[in-house]
Amino acid sequence: MGKIQTMLQANKLAQGLLLAAFILVTAGAVYLIDRSVTAFLLMLASLLLLYYTSFSNGMKWSIAVFLLVIVIPFATSGGTSRESYMEVATQCGIYVAMALGLNIVVGFAGLLDMGFIAFFAVGAYTYGIFATGQANNFISGELFPLSGGSFWIFILIGGFIAGIFGILLGLPVLRVKGDYLAIVTLGFGEIIRIIFNNLEKPVNITNGAMGLSSIQPPDLFGFQFTFPHQFYFIVIGILLIVIFAVRRLEHSRLGRSWKAVRENEIAAQSMGIPLIRTKLMAFAIGASFSGMMGVVFAAKQTFIDPTSFTLIESITILVMVVLGGMGSVPGVILGASLVTILNLQVLTEFTSWLNQLSQQGIFEVPNALSPSKMQRFIFGMILILVAVFRPHGLIAARNRKLPPEAVKDPSPPLSKPEVQPD
Amino acid sequence: MFSSILQTLPQVLIDGLALGAIYAVVALGYTMVYGILELINFAHGEIFMTGAFVETAVLFIFQGAGWLTDMPAWLSYVLIILIAMLVTGALGVGIERVAYRPLRKAPKLILLISAFGVSFVLQDVIRFIAELKTGNYIISTPQLFDQRYQLPLSSISSWFTDASVKANTLFIFAIAIVLMIGLDIFVNRTKWGGAMRAVAQDRETASLMSINVNKVIVLTFFIGSALGGSTGVLFAQQYGTIDPYIGFILGLKAFTAAVLGGIGNIRGAMFGGIVLGVLEMFASSNLGILTGGNFGAEYKDVFAFMILIIVLIFKPEGIFGKAIKEKV
Repeated sequence: MGKIQTMLQANKLAQGLLLAAFILVTAGAVYLIDRSVTAFLLMLASLLLLYYTSFSNGMKWSIAVFLLVIVIPFATSGGTSRESYMEVATQCGIYVAMALGLNIVVGFAGLLDMGFIAFFAVGAYTYGIFATGQANNFISGELFPLSGGSFWIFILIGGFIAGIFGILLGLPVLRVKGDYLAIVTLGFGEIIRIIFNNLEKPVNITNGAMGLSSIQPPDLFGFQFTFPHQFYFIVIGILLIVIFAVRRLEHSRLGRSWKAVRENEIAAQSMGIPLIRTKLMAFAIGASFSGMMGVVFAAKQTFIDPTSFTLIESITILVMVVLGGMGSVPGVILGASLVTILNLQVLTEFTSWLNQLSQQGIFEVPNALSPSKMQRFIFGMILILVAVFRPHGLIAARNRKLPPEAVKDPSPPLSKPEVQPD
Repeated sequence: MFSSILQTLPQVLIDGLALGAIYAVVALGYTMVYGILELINFAHGEIFMTGAFVETAVLFIFQGAGWLTDMPAWLSYVLIILIAMLVTGALGVGIERVAYRPLRKAPKLILLISAFGVSFVLQDVIRFIAELKTGNYIISTPQLFDQRYQLPLSSISSWFTDASVKANTLFIFAIAIVLMIGLDIFVNRTKWGGAMRAVAQDRETASLMSINVNKVIVLTFFIGSALGGSTGVLFAQQYGTIDPYIGFILGLKAFTAAVLGGIGNIRGAMFGGIVLGVLEMFASSNLGILTGGNFGAEYKDVFAFMILIIVLIFKPEGIFGKAIKEKV
C-alpha cells in the first residue's frame, strides 16, 4: 500500500489518469443511473481527490472549473432528479461562500462570531424588500418591485449593507475581550431576527412574521433564472470570485495582520497593527460575503421570513468552519460541503429509509429520534469532538512554506511544533 | 401615561424581583466558573434547563407514587430542589471532565467552541427524553403551590392598583436568599471557599500551596451547576411550561446580569440579576405605553441585550468589578 502511495506521489501522469477514470465513472453513473445519491456524492468527492493531487495550482484550478462548470451540470442533466441534485449543489455553494466569510472572522482574525446568520438575513432582506412591493410602504411613487435585472447590482448592494452592519456591530463590541464577543454577537443575531420579525409597525418594512413572498427572480437580458440548475451558475460564479478574494486576502498585508491579532493582540499592537481597524475589516469583509449570498438566497427561494435566520443556522456555519479547520480555506470548503450534504441529503435519506423500515415493521424508530431532527445533537457532538481531538480540523491551516534550503538547515527550528493539548 | 405606569408599578416590581432572583442565582454559576477558569461556561443555561426538566420528572414520579398528597407541599418542594441540585451538579462535573478539562491548555476559542457544543448536545438529549416519554417536548408541570395573595394597595393610595403575589414567588425569594447567603458564607468563611478564591487568583501558585486545583475546579462546577439546576426548579414552578430551549435565552440574560455586576464577583452577580429582572419586567409591561404602541413587549429581549452592550462599552468591568490590566 505504502509503495503504491509513493509511486503515485511521484507520478503525475498516474494521478491524472486515476482522477480522470474516477470522474468518468462517477459522472457516467450520475448520468445513467436515476436518483443515485451515492454516485452524486462520489462525483463531488472528485474535487477533494483533485485537491490531493500534486498538480500545479493553476492546473488544479482549471480542472476544478472544468468540473464545476461543464462536467457536473452535464452529468446531472441526465436523470429526472436533476433539479434536486442541482439544488444540493447550489445550497453547497451558498454555504461554502458563507463559511468562507465566517472563516475570515473566526479563522483568520480569531473573533468568535455566533450571530453570523444576521448578515445573511440583512442581505436577503435588502433584496427582498426592494424586489417586492414592500418598499412602496415607505418610499412613495410606486416604483417597486424593481425588475429582476437589478439583482446583479443588488449582489453588491447587499454585500455592502451587510458590511456596514458588520461595522455597526463591531464598533461597540470589539472594545471588549474575545470571550464576551461570542455572547454579544449571539445576542446581536437574535436582536436582528426579533427586529425583522416585528418591524411591521410603525412602518411596515419587513412584513413581520408573514415574510416577503414572490420576490423577483434574477433576469439577464431577458433570460429569467428560476430553476436550481440556472442558479447553480450564478452561485458558482460568485463562489469563484469569493475563493479568489479570500486566497488573495489571506496572504495580503491585511491577512497577515488578522493572523497576528489572532495569535496575540498585544504583540500585534506593539508591532504597529491598528487593532480596531483590522478587526473591523474582518467583520465587514466576512459580513459582506454573507450578505451577497443572502441576496442570492432571497432570489432563489423567492420567499423569505425570519424563521430562515435562526440561531441553528449560525451554528451550522460555525460547525462548517470548525470541522473543516479554522483558518484553512480548502478545509472550510470541505467542511461546508460536508455539513450541507449531511443536512440536505444524508439526514433526509436516512430518515426516509428508517421510515420505510418501520413501515415494513422490521423495527420501530420513535419519532423523537428521527435523524432529521437530530441536527443540534450532531452539530454539538461535532463541535466537542473536533475541539477535543482535532482542534485544527479536517484540513489544517498551513502557512506558506519556506524554501527548501531553509528547511534543510541542520540547526534546530526556530519555533517548536505546536504543543498538542493533552 | 405616567399614572398608568405608576398604577402597575407594584405588580411589575413583584414580578421583576421574582425574575431577578432567578437571574441572580443562575448568574452566580456563570460568575463562579468564570472567576476560576476565565471561561464563559456557555452550557450553564442548559444546566438550568435540565434542572427544570428534572423537577418535572421527579414531580411526575412523586405523583405516580402518591407521595404528593402524603407530604406537605413545602417538603416535596425542598426534596425536589435537592434532587435537582444533585443531578445537575453531577452533570456539571461530568461536562467539565469531558469537554473542558482536556482543553485547559488550549486556546480560549477552542474551549468556547466546546462549550457551545455541549450546550447543543444537552438541548437535544433533553428533547429526546422528553419527547420519548411524553410525546411532546413542551411540557407543563403541575404546580405545588397555587395560592395567590392579594395585596390591597389601592386602599393605601389611589395611585396604585391591587397587586397579587403567587405563593411560589415568596418561595423563590426564600430559596434564592438562602442559596445566596449560603454561597457567600461558603466562599468567604470556609476552608474550601478559601481554596476556591486562591485558585481564582492564581492557579499555579495555589497548586504550590498544596491546594488540589482539580478538586477545587470540580467543586466549583458542582456548586455552580447545582445553583443553576435549583433555579430551573423555581422557574418551572413559577411559569408552569418548560421546553428544552428555555436555557438559551435565559442563560444569555443571566450572563448579562453577571456582566452587569462585574463578572467573577459573586455579590455583583446577585445585584445584577435583581436589577436586570426588574428592568426587563418594567420594559415588557411599559415599552408599549412609552412608545405609543409602536414597540411592544416583543422587544423586551432586545432591551436586555441593549443593556449588555451598553455595559460592555461603558463599563466592561461591571458595577462592582475591578478593571484588570492585561498582562503581557
